[in-house]
Amino acid sequence: MNFVALRMLTGDRAKYLGLIFAIAFSTFLLQNQTSIFAGIMSRTGSQIADVTDADVWVMDPATEYFEETKALKDTDLLRVRGVPGVDYAVRLFKGQPVARTPEGNFSATVVLGLDDATLIGAPRKMVMGSWENLREPNSVVVDRAGYMLLFPGEPLELNRTLEMNDNLVRIAGISEASASFTSFPIIHARYSAAVNFLGRERSQMAFVLARGQPGVSAEELARRISDATGLRARTQNEFRWDCINYYLKHTGIPVNFGITITIAIVIGLVVSGQTFYLFTVENLKQFGALKAIGVTNARLMGMILLQALTAGFIGYAFGTGMAAVFFEIFSQKIATRGIVLMWQNVVGVGVLMFLVVIAASLLSIRRVLVLEPATVFRG
Amino acid sequence: MKTNTSANAVRCAGVQKHFGEGDARIHVLRGVDFEAKQGELTFLVGPSGCGKTTLISVITGLLDSTGGSVELFGANTRQLPPEEQIRFRRRNLGFVFQQYNLLPALTAAENAAVPLLAAGMKRREAVERAKALLVKLGLENRMDTLPSKLSGGQQQRVAMARALVHEPRLIVCDEPTAALDHATGESVMELLADSAVHPERAVIVVTHDNRVFHFADAVAHMDDGRITHSEQRN
Repeated sequence: MNFVALRMLTGDRAKYLGLIFAIAFSTFLLQNQTSIFAGIMSRTGSQIADVTDADVWVMDPATEYFEETKALKDTDLLRVRGVPGVDYAVRLFKGQPVARTPEGNFSATVVLGLDDATLIGAPRKMVMGSWENLREPNSVVVDRAGYMLLFPGEPLELNRTLEMNDNLVRIAGISEASASFTSFPIIHARYSAAVNFLGRERSQMAFVLARGQPGVSAEELARRISDATGLRARTQNEFRWDCINYYLKHTGIPVNFGITITIAIVIGLVVSGQTFYLFTVENLKQFGALKAIGVTNARLMGMILLQALTAGFIGYAFGTGMAAVFFEIFSQKIATRGIVLMWQNVVGVGVLMFLVVIAASLLSIRRVLVLEPATVFRG
Repeated sequence: MKTNTSANAVRCAGVQKHFGEGDARIHVLRGVDFEAKQGELTFLVGPSGCGKTTLISVITGLLDSTGGSVELFGANTRQLPPEEQIRFRRRNLGFVFQQYNLLPALTAAENAAVPLLAAGMKRREAVERAKALLVKLGLENRMDTLPSKLSGGQQQRVAMARALVHEPRLIVCDEPTAALDHATGESVMELLADSAVHPERAVIVVTHDNRVFHFADAVAHMDDGRITHSEQRN
């Protein structure tokens, strides 16, 4: 009877397409919104992820997330280095000075000042030039998106200059940094140069980046540093989640996206549920005839579930396809780079839409189960 | 259409059916005694609202009676478990409805094959058997046509094929000619008499279309929830 169920489903093209569209649209909306949400949240810690040379980020206990830091004392670096199991520990400056171009363009930036000797934390994905060029005097590395923001419409070119807090610097490399939450240009410089890009403060070390000796896990190293120094030490992954959690707690972003996601679920449930229910109601005579002929309730339930799951799967596949195309297009754009369709969202929305179509089919199933087969004798 | 057998396919004794409770109770069947024999075309006739449809619903097990007994081929199917009742209906009963109740998305052959599919037969085999029957019913050129493209008479013939395809022992037709003009109704009844009546099978036709009464082997007249009189035609 499965083919009968499927033919009943596809027989009325308009309703069938309406059902598919409702599910596809809901799927697209859900995958779109959840992926954008996850992408934006992921951006809150993208600069942390870009640092591949350190396992543990050490910071003042008052520092909650990447964007807003309380400076450490210079002696804190030595205290971290003295913790057993630390292979190396280097300082990291993080500030948000304004950069100006000779043409008069300007933008706030995220400047990361790297340890002069080791350049630990330097960007590893380079579009042009080399991160080792940072060793040259007055040189910086700018990320590609930042370059395009500061020099709109101009080709990528090395040796152009920027002015930051009266310091003239030369672009010695262009990196492919992950997009930051604020979308500001990401500028890497040596620590000794970067501290001059902001007004001088007594302490300017935002983080200490540490790596453990072989055999010491990042978690163990972080625990040891915290215990020994009283500073806040987090593994790379923990610190990324700290940033995400900070934004979840302290901004309206999750509420806004939550509302959209809820609306998408409700639309999916109501539209697909109503369409499917009407589809069943209009076929009640046929279901009654099948009952009279001797098709069992269990078989009819199976037929309705097959119809619902088939419509759900096809709609979900179309919706996922639409979302894939959407993200394929927009992940190529500078402003939305890094926001991708995540497999977790695809799976999660799949589960959700499965529940939606099951819920939508329950009303239809109930209607058919309580249907008196004798109604088929009523003209 | 007389046959050499007179075994009862259906025997109803004192069948009662009421709907509602208290002051709202309506007695639709008031102690119906009715028989339909194998090999015969039995007409159940009477004015609208007299209880004909309710009686065939009770006979076919689609409605429970509130009193009396119904035997099909000597067995009280009400004593069977619900799943067995459905299986019995699937094996032994065929239906022709007034409004055909064909599945609009299925072709004529597929519609006719539905009882076989419901019994678990493979689609290809079921459709082949249905097609063979449709040829006998004169629909050889319309087997792959959707119901919406068939005339009323053709749809009713497909419905007849659906009722016959699994070779049931009892066929119940509810006003099979009501939606058809006289000539078409006549030809449908001719087909029914020729194809459906069989020594091992009983056919009950509910109708108030007196233009087709001459096809009947037996006629049970019904009024106000009772069989008022029965007559043997042949």
